[in-house]
Amino acid sequence: MSTEKTGNSRRDFLLKTITLAPAVALSGAGLGSLAVSRPAQAAEHPLAEAQAARDYQPTWFTAEEFAFLQAASARLIPADERGPGALEAGVPEFIDRQMNTPYATGANWYMQGPFDPDAMAELGYQLPLVPQQIYRLGIAEADSIAQQQHGKAFAALTGEQQDTLLTAMEKGSVTFRQLPAAVFFAFLLQNTREGFFSDPLHGGNQNMVGWKLIGFPGARADFMDWVERGERYPFPPVSIRGERA
Amino acid sequence: MAKVMKKVDAVIVGFGWAGSIMAKELTEAGLNVVALERGPHRDTYPDGAYPQVIDELTYNIRKKLFQDLSKSTVTIRHNAAQTAQPYRQLAAFLPGTGTGGAGLHWSGVHFRVDPIELRMRSHYEERYGKKFIPEGMTIQDFGVSYAELEPFFDQAEKVFGTSGSAWSINGKVVGEGKGNPFAPDRSHDFLLPAQKRTFSAQLFASAAESVGYHPYDLPSANTSGPYTNPYGAQMGPCNFCGYCSGYACYMYSKASPNVNIWPALRQEPKFELRDNAHVLRVNLTEDKKRATGVTYVDAQGRQLEQPADLVILSAFQFHNVHLMLLSGIGQPYNPVTNEGVVGRNFAYQNISTIKAFFDKDVFTNPFIGAGGAGVGVDDFNADNFDHGKYGFVGGSPFWVNQAGVKPISGLPTAPGTPKWGSQWKAAIADSYTHHVSMDAHGAHQSYRANYLDLDPNYKDVYGQPLLRMTFDWQENDIKMSQFMHQKMHKIAEAMNPKLISGAPKQAGTHFDTTVYQTTHMNGGAIMGEDPKTSAINRYLQSWDVPNVFVPGASAFPQGLGYNPTGMVAALTFWSAKAIRERYLKNPGPLVQA
Repeated sequence: MSTEKTGNSRRDFLLKTITLAPAVALSGAGLGSLAVSRPAQAAEHPLAEAQAARDYQPTWFTAEEFAFLQAASARLIPADERGPGALEAGVPEFIDRQMNTPYATGANWYMQGPFDPDAMAELGYQLPLVPQQIYRLGIAEADSIAQQQHGKAFAALTGEQQDTLLTAMEKGSVTFRQLPAAVFFAFLLQNTREGFFSDPLHGGNQNMVGWKLIGFPGARADFMDWVERGERYPFPPVSIRGERA
Repeated sequence: MAKVMKKVDAVIVGFGWAGSIMAKELTEAGLNVVALERGPHRDTYPDGAYPQVIDELTYNIRKKLFQDLSKSTVTIRHNAAQTAQPYRQLAAFLPGTGTGGAGLHWSGVHFRVDPIELRMRSHYEERYGKKFIPEGMTIQDFGVSYAELEPFFDQAEKVFGTSGSAWSINGKVVGEGKGNPFAPDRSHDFLLPAQKRTFSAQLFASAAESVGYHPYDLPSANTSGPYTNPYGAQMGPCNFCGYCSGYACYMYSKASPNVNIWPALRQEPKFELRDNAHVLRVNLTEDKKRATGVTYVDAQGRQLEQPADLVILSAFQFHNVHLMLLSGIGQPYNPVTNEGVVGRNFAYQNISTIKAFFDKDVFTNPFIGAGGAGVGVDDFNADNFDHGKYGFVGGSPFWVNQAGVKPISGLPTAPGTPKWGSQWKAAIADSYTHHVSMDAHGAHQSYRANYLDLDPNYKDVYGQPLLRMTFDWQENDIKMSQFMHQKMHKIAEAMNPKLISGAPKQAGTHFDTTVYQTTHMNGGAIMGEDPKTSAINRYLQSWDVPNVFVPGASAFPQGLGYNPTGMVAALTFWSAKAIRERYLKNPGPLVQA
């Protein structure tokens, strides 16, 4: 799975937030013990160092849940030599904000029973759970397994331990009591990607780092002069609000 | 007790392309028309307001313009022995809702039809013998010919402002080099020249030509220049922004009922549109031989009855079938006895995709796009090649139709790439602007095993049974998928990429409701010449209830190689002309059973 090239970007993040915005990093319950970073690490990652997500207080997730999101998303899309990752892009803010949208309550899903969660996968999602419940249950389960295995919450594990647990969730080789681990993982991965690549309007993809990574020009939305050219598109991304990267 | 509204001449159920065309045609004929659309009001403004509309999360991912499944959905199973499960989240197919319907959020690929596909069974039987068509395959003839429909394809293109490259006009070849030599003859040229070819389409065209195929510009209802249609509706040139499929076009460049028909219809005093009006059923007389109108629920939850002399069911394909089953129009299909007509010949599209990955010096800029633009080849579409030795029915156009690849939904990775972590991140960074995606847009045949009926277990919010799809891929589909994949692979190879990915269907591949395929669903209320095997006659008129007409892809006896919208529009104009010129003078069956 993901290679350990990057050190622990969660720790980098905490180091940076402590430097830049101490109130945030220290206010969350359970985060105090995480602030044991090696100062030397920040210098190893110049690209990641160039940017940190803006200050944000979650409105839906608890501090512990938000610490999980910060840690997990940083492993799914890590800061590395290719540039900032999910954490620096503000993916945890994005997911928190999504929890207050109709999506999070399954508002346009058919949610009448009976439910048959054992139906074959090709027939689609068949659980009575909506994203808010999937996150609440899934994070508790992941933290509980981290506690059983290592005596610490997920966010306090090493990057390698986090990757091992995430891989087990992805493959469904770890058992959650309340919902399949793979279902939780799939939502987490999908929403992390959404937060990394959607317009900054929604709270993630801050400074359009996701778009810069792949060469997507964002909301430029007029390519009349470029349609027929097989050459590098030279202009950096623009957001809906007109921000330029 | 439902409140009874003032009677009208015609009530239209569903206000997408088919409903809008009918509304225009019937008001022109002097009728008072009410259109009922279950979704909200939608239009270029505000639903396509720039820059808010350039937002993948809101539109493609959270699916703003598509059907709200919390109110009504379908159930799906692979065979009659299973219990069907609700389609709880939109994925494999994306029906629209709201005024304009799927016509507001479609891409704009605007084909006619391959003439042989209109007489599918007859043609195959004539060329390959009756035994060539597998047991259980229920393909049929439409009962209408290309020559009969040609003026209506022409009319639809004029209304849509379609761009393209003609091959032959009135028997004279005009389009060597850009047109499609397999395309049927036309009475007029396209209204606008073909759209520009993206770099990926240029690569595809050269590669296809080098392996001996015949590339052509896709016909596109995205304008290549400014255009004013016969209704006086104006369109501006498409700028390849890449936001067609799933979006309302802020440029007024993609044809939609909203842009191309309503500016004229809105001024028509005989027409009234009611949105947030969910039709529950068509009301019939006691002998079930005549419709008296429809019953619907308004935004406040009130049940209202709209009496009408003429009922047009022009909702999305499976909603039309659902309404017929709920109302008791026509005999429901029984797959065991192969009798009954409503729910029969449900078909889809049989797609395979190949992606070619290039080195970093090749820039394909996949964010540039237009929903209808691209280059295709028809060498393996319809019956343009000898099927005799291959043992399957059906064909497939291949194309690069670069509609605008967006980063949440469209990042390609080579097989074996992890789904997260630094390796994934490096893979997407290296491939996004250096890949080309191409599709074999396969026709799909109809089978006894694939049908629609009412679900015994699940209900919509109005307390009515959901529609149930019994559907899976059959052996013929898998054979075709494998054949097409191999033929299209040659094009990908000729592009000299560093890697090619994609695989055809394999034996035992089941219909996967979780992966987007197309929204091109067909059949269930099919047209034909025999009331024993079709629900509606060649003018789209119900055999059983002659004051009910049912335009839409629900009328197709099988799925076409091409996208269905052009055919839906032409059939609707064809049906409207029959209503105007024949039915209204003498209301009754237009074809004697």
